Amino acid sequence: MIEQKSSNAYVKDLLLNNSVVILFVVLCVGSFFVSGTTLNYLLPELFIRISRNTFMVLSLLIPVVAGLGLNFGIVVGAVAAQIAVFWVVYWGFSGFTGILLCILICTPLAVLFGYGVGALFNRMKGSEMIGGLVMGYFFDGLYQLLFLYIIGGIIPVSNPTMIIAGGIGVKNTIDLMGNLKYSLDNVPMIAILDVVFWIVIILTSIQLIYRLIKKQELRLKKALLVLSLAVIIYALSYVPALSSFLSTDRLLLLNAIELGVLATCIYNIFRIIRRRKEYETTGLPKKELLYIAVALAAYAITYIPVFESAFVAVRLPVLTYICIGGLCVFMSWFLNTRLGQNMSTVGQSRTVATSSGINVDRTRIIAMIMSTVLASYGQLISLQNIGTFSTYGAHTQVGQFAIAALLVGGASVHRATTKQAVLGVILFHTLFILSPLAGKALFGNAQIGEYFRVFVAYGVIAMALALHAWRSKK
Amino acid sequence: MNIMKKGLQSFGLPRIIIICFFLLLFVLAGVYQMDVQTLLGDVLRRWAMYGILVLAMVPSIQCGIGPNFGLTIGISGGLVGALVSIELRDLGFYVSFDSNPRLSMLVGILVAIILALLISSIMGIFYGLLINRVKGSEMTVSTYVGFSIVAFMNMMWLLLPFKSSTSIWPLGGTGLRNTISLDENFSRVFNNILGFYIGRTYVPTGMIIVFLLTCLCVWLFTRSRSGVIMQAAGANPAYAKAAGINVDKMRIIGTTISTALGGMGIVCYAQSYGFLQLYNAPLMMGFHCVAAALIGGASIGKARILHVILGTFLFQGMIAVALPVANQILPESSLSEVFRIIISNGIILYALSKAKEEIR
Repeated sequence: MIEQKSSNAYVKDLLLNNSVVILFVVLCVGSFFVSGTTLNYLLPELFIRISRNTFMVLSLLIPVVAGLGLNFGIVVGAVAAQIAVFWVVYWGFSGFTGILLCILICTPLAVLFGYGVGALFNRMKGSEMIGGLVMGYFFDGLYQLLFLYIIGGIIPVSNPTMIIAGGIGVKNTIDLMGNLKYSLDNVPMIAILDVVFWIVIILTSIQLIYRLIKKQELRLKKALLVLSLAVIIYALSYVPALSSFLSTDRLLLLNAIELGVLATCIYNIFRIIRRRKEYETTGLPKKELLYIAVALAAYAITYIPVFESAFVAVRLPVLTYICIGGLCVFMSWFLNTRLGQNMSTVGQSRTVATSSGINVDRTRIIAMIMSTVLASYGQLISLQNIGTFSTYGAHTQVGQFAIAALLVGGASVHRATTKQAVLGVILFHTLFILSPLAGKALFGNAQIGEYFRVFVAYGVIAMALALHAWRSKK
Repeated sequence: MNIMKKGLQSFGLPRIIIICFFLLLFVLAGVYQMDVQTLLGDVLRRWAMYGILVLAMVPSIQCGIGPNFGLTIGISGGLVGALVSIELRDLGFYVSFDSNPRLSMLVGILVAIILALLISSIMGIFYGLLINRVKGSEMTVSTYVGFSIVAFMNMMWLLLPFKSSTSIWPLGGTGLRNTISLDENFSRVFNNILGFYIGRTYVPTGMIIVFLLTCLCVWLFTRSRSGVIMQAAGANPAYAKAAGINVDKMRIIGTTISTALGGMGIVCYAQSYGFLQLYNAPLMMGFHCVAAALIGGASIGKARILHVILGTFLFQGMIAVALPVANQILPESSLSEVFRIIISNGIILYALSKAKEEIR
């Protein structure tokens, strides 16, 4: 009887803690059926938006950990990216060189901005969120001043496609077609493989040389294993069938799922074997088997015609998704480093952090710098995918929408994880795609759906903030 | 020397900068040989037009919830009030006053104001209840509640069953118009009462009187028993609680008055402007009003009516002059708008960074 009650309470807790996520799943599923659209339409749209927005949402995580709350100031990072994009396009660079140059320019800018914002936030502890919001608007003003009057007015520029006739100010939209559009998305897999291969070779040799000089144990066997593995994979890429597959830059979602299933199975079988060997444990390895079962179930779904045709319709830009995945891995690694741990200490209690010798102000500034830099990369990813750079509009809603997405995933002002970020992006954008369609189906007016999604974006932030303040008061 | 320094400090650097900027704009207007007298009229008109909206900051700051970033809640209520008044005119409710057009208009705006006060007060009570649950993050929550209300009202403007031909799209469209002309309703009715010219400067006496009368009412309230208690609750909640004051109730009162003033303010704003602006037009209005109050010398924790009168004059006056001057320097540019964004948000940031020593 007691057990029953506690499990009931457990379910209740689970429902209560994930109420936002559940609400949004219901809303998404509901508007999917109301709108009467197909997966073939929804999934490609959704994956485009995921590739555009996830990086930006992930950039919000570090300030949350460091106790700065939701960083409405990521607009500042987006502004840094846009300044870089303007000059790179103006100088006429294109393709992958162009995007590298963008990164090269926007990183120092974002560091500088992040430092400034962080220093200001240290002067308004406790009201960072409203400060960040106002900071975003303030930067928008400065940005407009720069783009409308200083460029052309003070800094001489001449480019009729980018500058307003008359020579002062930048046009409303800058076409990135033919210069930066898809500059990240279009990098073929084989090029990525090449680079990774050489990096592995170089790193392993450096490691070996380092050990040789320092007269440490060489561990040659492991190094050789890594090298031979790399060489085998590299050699495999010359097999004609594989080579033609790898020379594309997009991966079908179907293939991605197949690869994912394969990787999950191999990894988990490997783990089971290792556990048996090293720890000599007996009994069923439940967790691993569960993963394998889920993977196989995912594979089985691909054989249902409705899903199969939708999965074939989605073409993932490989490098962009690698960047997003890489950032997720980086986050989980970073939070376990010393600096990451310091940040979460600062986030939990500034007093405790100070008494254990952490420089609170400095840690907070570092958190803001990291967030701003990541946000600027996020904006670069988004702009190169969209392909038209709306000079005065691209950055204005960035903060709101990213934060709304994160909160939809179940994050709060104090706690946010990569999983919540990814889930939030999926749910938020599903609703974003579907609500105009649902509005049209329900009220015969797509405009209502559009206003509804804006209402949702604002409302979810208001609700999450209110819930947070409510709980922390108790 | 020391006294001067101290006086300067209490007056505040931002205000000095803004006054200098204001004067500079007038000098520029003179240099460009613009009609300074008409400009002065614009300054007066905008001052009275925004005054009541900015006045809404006083009760909210005094009761301890900080500047009311969620002013759009009151504004939405006010817009509904004005729309109902327009609707009533179409239904023939004011026919008996038709012999005197001006009286008829006056009745229209009074009905609008009364409805606005009523609707906004009800909304304000709920808003206050919410705000009481989120102590410590009132500003962020109220900003987003304000934004959500605007988005919600956007849907309502499309769905509410208004029928008046002045308010809805003429043919084919659904819902209410973006901007509704008030020519047949109460356009400039307050402005024109006792309005007169000094040279080419038009003085909208009626509106100024209404503004100052509202200020007087709020001032009388702050002097009343409940007003004093409310200020005590806002200034030091813990102490007030110990003295037996119901802090939560006082905060609700302050929030409600602030929201109601927002509703009345937007009606007066619309009558002076001549148009009712719906949809996303009020979205950032709360921010501009906060900025105006802060420029006048208010802070996150303290505000007086004098701050409102001075701040609105400086901020709106500056914009009134900056707009034509900027157009002279760079025709058809949004230079003055850009400066408005920078100045209004800059002053809020400045106030927030100074707030640390005051509260928390």
